[in-house]
Amino acid sequence: MVLDVRGLRYQLPSGARLVDGLSFAVAAGETLALLGRSGAGKTTTLRLVNRLLEPTAGEVVVAGEASERQDVTRLRRRIGYVIQEVGLFPHLTVAGNIGLLPRLERWPADRIAQRVSELLTLVGLDPAGYAARFPHQLSGGQRQRVGVARALALDPPLLLLDEPFGALDPITRVELQREFRALENRLQKAIVFVTHDVREGLLLATRVALMDNGRLVFLGTAEEFRASPLPAVRQFVEAAV
Amino acid sequence: MSVWEFYARHASEVWWLVLQHVALVGISTGVAVLVGLPLGVLVARHARWRRPVLGIANVLQTIPSLALFGLLIPVFGIGTWTASAALVMYALLPIVRNTYAGITGVDPAIREAGRGMGMSDGELLRLVELPLAARVILAGVRVATVVSVGIATIAAAIGAGGLGVYIFRGVATVDDTLILAGALPAALLALLADGLLGLAERNLVWRPR
Repeated sequence: MVLDVRGLRYQLPSGARLVDGLSFAVAAGETLALLGRSGAGKTTTLRLVNRLLEPTAGEVVVAGEASERQDVTRLRRRIGYVIQEVGLFPHLTVAGNIGLLPRLERWPADRIAQRVSELLTLVGLDPAGYAARFPHQLSGGQRQRVGVARALALDPPLLLLDEPFGALDPITRVELQREFRALENRLQKAIVFVTHDVREGLLLATRVALMDNGRLVFLGTAEEFRASPLPAVRQFVEAAV
Repeated sequence: MSVWEFYARHASEVWWLVLQHVALVGISTGVAVLVGLPLGVLVARHARWRRPVLGIANVLQTIPSLALFGLLIPVFGIGTWTASAALVMYALLPIVRNTYAGITGVDPAIREAGRGMGMSDGELLRLVELPLAARVILAGVRVATVVSVGIATIAAAIGAGGLGVYIFRGVATVDDTLILAGALPAALLALLADGLLGLAERNLVWRPR
């Protein structure tokens, strides 16, 4: 298992539990969709995995090693992270953004350049045309592709994506979802992605987890999810039709 | 005697005072940047330092310059040291405040992405926050410099030299030509500093869109 989450809990000082008793595991080549309405604790869960938040209780094991025992910088460099607003650095070019972590890892310049063009090709952008551009010169869909390429720069075994297609127009969205499926098959990484769109979750994920109020109310395959008699699941499935 | 005749007759002295003035402003602003930038980063990082640091910088700003010179004389003596120390104190506020504003003005999503991908605090500061805040910080340095050029004229009152020498001599002898002889180059220096730093702001620094 690349990612193993056991009894994860995140409690605010006020006592409110944003994430409570969460357990799931994701293997290489597997994609888990974290579904749930706004405020269910999906994003919080991702931030607990890469330790942008420290869990109140429970354990996160990344690549066989408990995350709390890893150096936080090193841990995060083994976890690709893509957020909805993408968070590309506006003062760096596309190549600068993608090559940032390799640069911090002191890769030689030619190896960085090679990696950048490799990744741009992977996400469907022509390196010659895009490497030197700045984020504001890209469309929303292109920015999202660069965000994914940047997350893959150090070839991490685990990818976390928070509403990766949330801010896109419907056509771009469908196009990116289709390409993302192909990418999943090629990369064979453990992927966790957050979405409130059931259709997207069922389309892209090998397994689906439904969260409600910080708790896991369902965990299973897409087929099991569709057929589940659980009221919480029915409500979600019907909303999509 | 017109100002121009005065300049023609005392050219070497004028240049010497201009040089003194520029050195006074340049060195004090430089020190203020060296002190103010880390302070600005500190208050941007740790909220509990914000009130005391910005508060002190604010208070320093409100002390009349002649009074501040006077207060510092027992510490640094008469002359350049006291003048420089006072100019540093005046320059601190715009630099600290703008560094703070520039860093806290960086889009939280960008900071989140940087931390989430595994940048250390120092890397985030050096490679992301400071470059993105550079324009605002430079604007603070620009304000500090222009203000310093003006305040530095008063430094002549405590024997620190500079273009204020002519102004004070002119005031004492009720000689408009002398006052003008000091004020004119001081004003030009302020405009020049403003223009140059504005140019740097436009060309050296990344700008959105």
